[in-house]
Amino acid sequence: MMRSRFDEQLELLNKELLEMGALIEHAIESASKALINQDIDSAKKAIEFDREVDQKEKDIESLCLKLLLQQQPVARDLRQISAALKMITDMERIGDQAADISGIVIYLAGAPYIKKLEHLPQMADAAIRMVKGSIDAYVKKDLTLAKKIIDMDDIIDDLFVVIKNELIERIHEKVENGEQAVDLLMVAKYFERIGDHAQNIAEWVEYSITGKHKGELI
Amino acid sequence: MTKIKINNLNLFYGSFQALKNINLSIEANEITAFIGPSGCGKSTLLKTINRMNDLVEGCKIDGEVLLDGENVYGNMDTTLLRKRVGMVFQKPNPFPMSIYDNVAFGPRTHGIRGKAKLDDIVERSLRDAAIWDELKDRLNKDALGISGGQQQRLCIARALAVEPEVLLMDEPTSALDPVSTSKIEELATSLKEKYTIVIVTHNMQQAVRISDKTAFFLLGEVIESGNTERLFSVPRDKRTEDYITGRFG
Repeated sequence: MMRSRFDEQLELLNKELLEMGALIEHAIESASKALINQDIDSAKKAIEFDREVDQKEKDIESLCLKLLLQQQPVARDLRQISAALKMITDMERIGDQAADISGIVIYLAGAPYIKKLEHLPQMADAAIRMVKGSIDAYVKKDLTLAKKIIDMDDIIDDLFVVIKNELIERIHEKVENGEQAVDLLMVAKYFERIGDHAQNIAEWVEYSITGKHKGELI
Repeated sequence: MTKIKINNLNLFYGSFQALKNINLSIEANEITAFIGPSGCGKSTLLKTINRMNDLVEGCKIDGEVLLDGENVYGNMDTTLLRKRVGMVFQKPNPFPMSIYDNVAFGPRTHGIRGKAKLDDIVERSLRDAAIWDELKDRLNKDALGISGGQQQRLCIARALAVEPEVLLMDEPTSALDPVSTSKIEELATSLKEKYTIVIVTHNMQQAVRISDKTAFFLLGEVIESGNTERLFSVPRDKRTEDYITGRFG
């Protein structure tokens, strides 16, 4: 096999991306658990995971730059490396948002929720599935799964609208609910953004496999 | 606009078939790169465009090479054809004469005699080849005394002096250092405004950097051709992919 050194480096890139994927999964799972159980320890864990995610992003970025410089990749190699460079930006943002959610959870921990959380856990669950699915699709080069993840984003967007309307109702009921309602709305927005980033990752997976980005041929 | 159209071209060296049913369009004012492993037919096809293969013993060609719609293998005068289609080779090959005489050689062959006219042509050609400033003070010096990179640009100037329409370049930078290489690449990019350029190169990055279209050759066939950016990011044929990613063989 020619270029075996390069193939080893690409394998390393895959492994690093998988590790970063596992870290962001842990981060949102911890953030979600923290939110549902008002669990400060889990929230702190999520923030800790985010720091590791940031470090991983830097490592992968320098690996990609090294590969571009040393190997001058073309075709599928170029697509894989450039997709990786774009994906880690989205993954890093997902880590940030898990940490942001955790920050709000810590702030809210002393007070009971103004309503039983029903749709937020659903949103968190969908976001986790999207993130896992997008990373899986990358690792398995699974185009069908990538497309499924891209479509899943609508579920999260719909849930966001439902949550927003519920929170508006709570404010109508009692003005004092306003402060927590705004915080919970931000939590919902962060999950919604996590969904968007997972969708982006899935779109880069599609590009990496087919060369088409968002249905366009470059 | 299509400048050169190659239709069903087959070429034999004796019983060996070097080109197999080539169909290819080359657009005017673009740079087209031919890539592929050694012995795959790139240079052979390049030479069919100005009939340099006519000089090879046992070479048999069928099919058409249309230049502006006219078959170069019809009744076209080869001297006129080679005036319209200039060529630059892998190794710089200046004639053993002065820089001035090298550039003036072609125009003189085509009957231009007046000194003022020749002076104009020499200056214009050297300027077009981006080497006037370097050589203007030593036009009467021996062309073999300048550097390899300068010799190659001098050869390009010599090719430009007869005002060709097409410039064929057969690995023009493979014997040059990176600085001279980038000068030739810059030059090729600026020349395409006036000329149609076809370049054979073994340097993938060079093809990516300067060409608009790329054709990939393998064992005498064009496997894939098209927009360079597309071919190098999303090749359609697995053999192209394997070759350009260096996993060929």
